[in-house]
Amino acid sequence: MLNHNEILQTIQMIDQQHLDVRTITMGISLLSCAHSDVKTACDKVYDKVTRYAEKLVSTGEAIEAEFGIPIVNKRISVTPIALVAAAAETDNYTPFALALDRAAKTCGVNFIGGFSALVQKGMTDADRKLIASIPQALSETDIVCGSVNVGSTKAGIDMDAVALMGRTIKELAGRTADRGGFGCAKLVVFCNAVEDNPFMAGAFHGVGEPEKVINVGVSGPGVVHHALQAVKGQPFDVVAETVKKTAFRITRMGQLVAQEASRRLDTPFGIVDLSLAPTPAVGDSVARILEEMGLEVCGTHGTTAALALLNDAVKKGGVMASSSVGGLSGAFIPVSEDEGMIAAARSGALTLDKLEAMTCVCSVGLDMIAVPGDTSAETLSAIIADEAAIGMVNSKTTAVRIIPAPGCKVGDTVEFGGLLGSAPVQPVHPWSSAGFIARGGRIPAPMQSLKN
Amino acid sequence: MKAIVTVIGKDQVGIIASVCSLLSSHNINILDISQTVLQEYLTMVMLVDLSACDKPIVEVGRALEQTGKERGLSIRIQREDIFNAMHRI
Repeated sequence: MLNHNEILQTIQMIDQQHLDVRTITMGISLLSCAHSDVKTACDKVYDKVTRYAEKLVSTGEAIEAEFGIPIVNKRISVTPIALVAAAAETDNYTPFALALDRAAKTCGVNFIGGFSALVQKGMTDADRKLIASIPQALSETDIVCGSVNVGSTKAGIDMDAVALMGRTIKELAGRTADRGGFGCAKLVVFCNAVEDNPFMAGAFHGVGEPEKVINVGVSGPGVVHHALQAVKGQPFDVVAETVKKTAFRITRMGQLVAQEASRRLDTPFGIVDLSLAPTPAVGDSVARILEEMGLEVCGTHGTTAALALLNDAVKKGGVMASSSVGGLSGAFIPVSEDEGMIAAARSGALTLDKLEAMTCVCSVGLDMIAVPGDTSAETLSAIIADEAAIGMVNSKTTAVRIIPAPGCKVGDTVEFGGLLGSAPVQPVHPWSSAGFIARGGRIPAPMQSLKN
Repeated sequence: MKAIVTVIGKDQVGIIASVCSLLSSHNINILDISQTVLQEYLTMVMLVDLSACDKPIVEVGRALEQTGKERGLSIRIQREDIFNAMHRI
């Protein structure tokens, strides 16, 4: 029999250290829904999503009850809508977002991702229409998430798209000004976007994926933090080993849930995404793990090295625990969703520049960061370009989810509520990048793209 | 199917009796049982077999939770697989 202490350890992880499966995400291909008539296409989208994901939430809840492990979110990702809507004879793709919103609500999921376009090497007419529709689509829907991939290691960075996204984010913030620019929390600008990411807001169902698929995202910053408290003052070899062992356990649980969900929903298992995803709850913070390693506050010198160790050890521990690892896999550093990051940003220790450095060694990028409402579109574009360059050169995924909070100044706090938390408004550099962004064109792919 | 029942809370008379009678009323067999009491704080772990159980595990879980609430204890039932996944390779 399992030993008494092992059983209690698991229960303690769930009860006191916020161990959970962060999301079960069903990926659904909508390529079969293309139609020249918008209404017909949207009806097909609604029908297909609700048919495939009909039992997603109830199955998630059943697994949750039987195994006694919380499954926080059940979500859906779909084929990038720019591809699905390309055949439709219209300039405005908002009806597709409305159809997704309705379908997601019918299924009972809390987010649906895929109002997306992949434009790393240039934009099709459909891509342009989709990006132009984003402000209306994301402000008139509640739970639809969008993303645009503007660069990749293979293709370089589409600077026309980067310029366009700065303006799009500004407009979206303006349209959701009554909610602190909340719309921008549902929009991610990627470089090297992955096709099987189960986490929002950047999830979409890539064209290389099967008809439908189950991807699972695990979490557990609290468990890692607790494990590190037991090795205070010991060398980094011990820290790395401890993180690895903990990540292994967390991922094994995710793998079990993923297989069970896949079997019950008769849907192929895709991947387990072994990411440390924080929440605003106390004791569920990635920043506090970094501080546990000996930093007075997250953001001070040493933070990047601490994060590099954490990110690497999480992957090494998790990779053996799952038959298929994918998605973003690593440590997330969303400022507004992490109690420790919020505190560090508020104290001034964690700046945008330090966050940018941290994104070189963690799984994603500048995530859930609020900046003053009067930040120019060009500055937003330049922030995106910097982040995309880091992703492009380092062959990793980077992303920007930034909120120019309307009417807010440095020092204010923007409340988003729920898992999205609250973000202290952080300063950006006052010097202009307008001339740089106005150039347009494409930043060529780096040398490391030439691998063949 | 096997599952683990855990009881955590302040020690008191009749905990095992009430849990066991509830389990037996649903035809659940107890395979193993271990408990520790540390300063009046009880933790009890049971391995049970649900193959002849007359109710789905979720309903048994709700009944156990209710029994626990009445006594100020945390009682839960979870499929054994989750513990095996985390602690056995």
